[in-house]
Amino acid sequence: MAKTFNLKVFIINLLAVIFIFIAIKILIGSGALSRYLISIMIFICVNIILATSLNLATGFLGQLALGHAGFMAIGAYTSALTAIYLRSTYNLSGTLLLLASLVAAGLFAGIIGVLIGIPALRLRGDYLAIITLGFGEVIRVFINNIGFTGGAKGLTGIPRITTIDNAYWVMVLTVAILYTLTSSRQGRAIISIREDEIAAEAVGIQTTRYKVMGFAIAAFFAGIGGGLYAHFIAFLDPNTFNFMRSVEILVIVVLGGMGSLTGSVVSAIVLTILPEALRDFAIYRLLIYSGLLVAMMIFRPQGIFGTKEFSLVQFFKTLRHNPIVTPRKKVKESD
Amino acid sequence: MALLETKGIGMQFGGLKAVDQFEIQVDENELVGLIGPNGAGKTTIFNMLTGVYKPTEGDITLNGISIVGKKPYQIVNMGAARTFQNIRLFKDLSVIDNIKIAYHNEMSYTTVEGIFRLKRYWTQEKKAHQESLDFLKIFSMEDYADILAKNLPYGKQRKLEIARALATKPKILLLDEPAAGMNPHETRELMETIHFIRDKFEIAILLIEHDMSLVMGICERIVVVDYGKIIASGTPDSIKKNPDVIRVYLGE
Amino acid sequence: MTIFLQQIINGLSVGSIYAVIALGYTMVYGIIRLINFAHGEIMMMGAYFAFVTVSAMGMPFYLVLIVSMALAALLGIAVETMAYRPLRKAPRISALITAIGMSLFLQNLALVIFRPEPKRMPPVIPRFPVRIGPLQIGTVTITTIILSIVFMILLDFFVKKTKPGKAMRAVSEDKEASLLMGINVNRTISITFAIGSALGALGGVLYSVSYTQVFPTMGVMPGLKAFVAAVLGGIGLIPGAMLGGFVIGMVETLSKSYISSQWSDAIVFGILIIVLLFKPTGILGKNEKEKV
Repeated sequence: MAKTFNLKVFIINLLAVIFIFIAIKILIGSGALSRYLISIMIFICVNIILATSLNLATGFLGQLALGHAGFMAIGAYTSALTAIYLRSTYNLSGTLLLLASLVAAGLFAGIIGVLIGIPALRLRGDYLAIITLGFGEVIRVFINNIGFTGGAKGLTGIPRITTIDNAYWVMVLTVAILYTLTSSRQGRAIISIREDEIAAEAVGIQTTRYKVMGFAIAAFFAGIGGGLYAHFIAFLDPNTFNFMRSVEILVIVVLGGMGSLTGSVVSAIVLTILPEALRDFAIYRLLIYSGLLVAMMIFRPQGIFGTKEFSLVQFFKTLRHNPIVTPRKKVKESD
Repeated sequence: MALLETKGIGMQFGGLKAVDQFEIQVDENELVGLIGPNGAGKTTIFNMLTGVYKPTEGDITLNGISIVGKKPYQIVNMGAARTFQNIRLFKDLSVIDNIKIAYHNEMSYTTVEGIFRLKRYWTQEKKAHQESLDFLKIFSMEDYADILAKNLPYGKQRKLEIARALATKPKILLLDEPAAGMNPHETRELMETIHFIRDKFEIAILLIEHDMSLVMGICERIVVVDYGKIIASGTPDSIKKNPDVIRVYLGE
Repeated sequence: MTIFLQQIINGLSVGSIYAVIALGYTMVYGIIRLINFAHGEIMMMGAYFAFVTVSAMGMPFYLVLIVSMALAALLGIAVETMAYRPLRKAPRISALITAIGMSLFLQNLALVIFRPEPKRMPPVIPRFPVRIGPLQIGTVTITTIILSIVFMILLDFFVKKTKPGKAMRAVSEDKEASLLMGINVNRTISITFAIGSALGALGGVLYSVSYTQVFPTMGVMPGLKAFVAAVLGGIGLIPGAMLGGFVIGMVETLSKSYISSQWSDAIVFGILIIVLLFKPTGILGKNEKEKV
């Protein structure tokens, strides 16, 4: 947890983020990145948003939520329909249109998150997992059968306003907000619920409130991710937001480490690129994924990063000194 | 008026009456022990006192205000903190973070202020960090501040759990079998810790215990429970000699 | 009125398949408190085993059933030993994720081995309508209902009257105590998985014979619905799974014909949500409090 505002740390991280963006823009400008590769990058941004938001609910709050695709769907459709409406009625376009639509998407998804969360989060463990699965499916069926969403035929005519620029910065903003949230006192409350809910109550934490908060904020960002997605591919089929989709996002979170935002970022990048790189082996991809998932839960359940965050500043420090990690001290009774 | 008082509380689980017409009073600064054979209903009583269970009959008041029906976190905010029989620490958090959680309600910055790192975040977090560190110093644990709670030895884990409960600034501390699983050396340390707390923090302490050396060694008053009912109450000496108590523990 | 009765019979048929699959979920949950997400895939594998034995080897129906159930039992034991046993002491969230992973793994295994195109199950049960009063019931429907009930009776007998069956019940109640009583817990759990998987395969065979199609993802929806059935009846309770299966079968069939087939899925999941919110232990379940 940050104790004092460390300007140096903030500037280093900010510069790194800007540097990456500039690098991407240069690559695009020089023609080194084809349309195809740019689209991959946009999908990476979307997946990072989805994974980090699910990580809040599942990794930090410790509640296994299997309906994340449902919130993505709500966000996607809300954003799409809002944009269609705003464009035709107010002639909005570009970034302004995207921002307005995404905010609407996030807010609506977040509100549904609260409505579902309040009853659902009274349940524990397995029961919570299944009820979120149930809600995810109900959402999908709803969207499939309501007229104005285009139903099973899908929704078209969505303004194509997602670009690598706005996708990147929305992603950065999302991760930043989730980071500052999880290192604030509200974040600590959320983490304490994962660690031991009964103990958290015994220390004065209003667990119901923070469970719903964590869940709703996760839903909010899932909605934003869905919105970005909608405005990129410009076509929505409700059946893509099914249980399988929720599981794919879960795999990203588990691989990266439940409780590590940087883990989710790295994992999202890897697991977005990998299927594309292995296109020829598509039929084996999911087989390997799932085998990997099972193997990981058996041999390394904490994923790549566990609950640690990769700190750029720490990284530079260890480069300057010896790259030997100091083991955690086991304290002796006589101390 | 007693600090913590129950009026004929009872707990019915289906067909079983686990606790029946239980009366207890704890005044400020008192050190009271609750003992009885296994299954006598002691932890059930504790769970009622801390809001985990709702008594099926009777009332409990803290500082005169009824706490029946209130949730555990509300009761903590009213000044009653507890520890658990199976130590419940936040295992994957550091020692200092375990303490800091207790300061949650003392801090007041909103979620938005936390996310956007506005001024109150920095001032309150700094204060909480310092206070947590100072708190650890009181318990001579400041060197362990960054160690993960799960890596502490058992005796220190219990100490941390008690420290964390105290960090919520309660008026009464309820300890559920604090000496469970401890060797004689650790138990002696625990007794010192409890004495120390009582003097330094001027709070009341109610504890459940099986370890007689601890109970007889530090409690001012002892209440004995069997089958959910009180069978004796008084000073350690009078309890030691009480024939009903002896019968319950040693048989006829 | 005839149509209504016809639908009731259909509901019984669908319900009996769900019941038989639900038994697998409930037995596993009862004994190790794990929701075996991969159970739907065991059902699917059962259907594929049947398909292979019928079309490639031309076995008669009863043999197909036995082989399919036996192979599924082995598969179930393998899954438990390799993926679930190592995680018995792990946090619940890990075990659940593993089960989900296992489910995906089996689906994709089938995809790779058998290819995604649906296979047609040859008519291994001669299909002709049987007239009972004003009703026309298919032979497949009759076979499904009868076989399911027979196996449910067999299971009931097994659990109540045989030693391994009683061991199963003991381990469900209290694993540690069972160990102390000398029960071979690992073997009992394996037997549970074997039986549950065999029943799942039975469901898969009956399903594929009824609907004639066999494809890698055929276990997903029926699996989920059978799971809802198990929860509805009371997760962990064998009579609960049977009851729940029939209820869900009825609800699905009747809602498909009287409301709409699109909404029938939502209705089934809606039932799940309502049960979990108001009586998570199900129709036949008791209330349990967490020990603090």
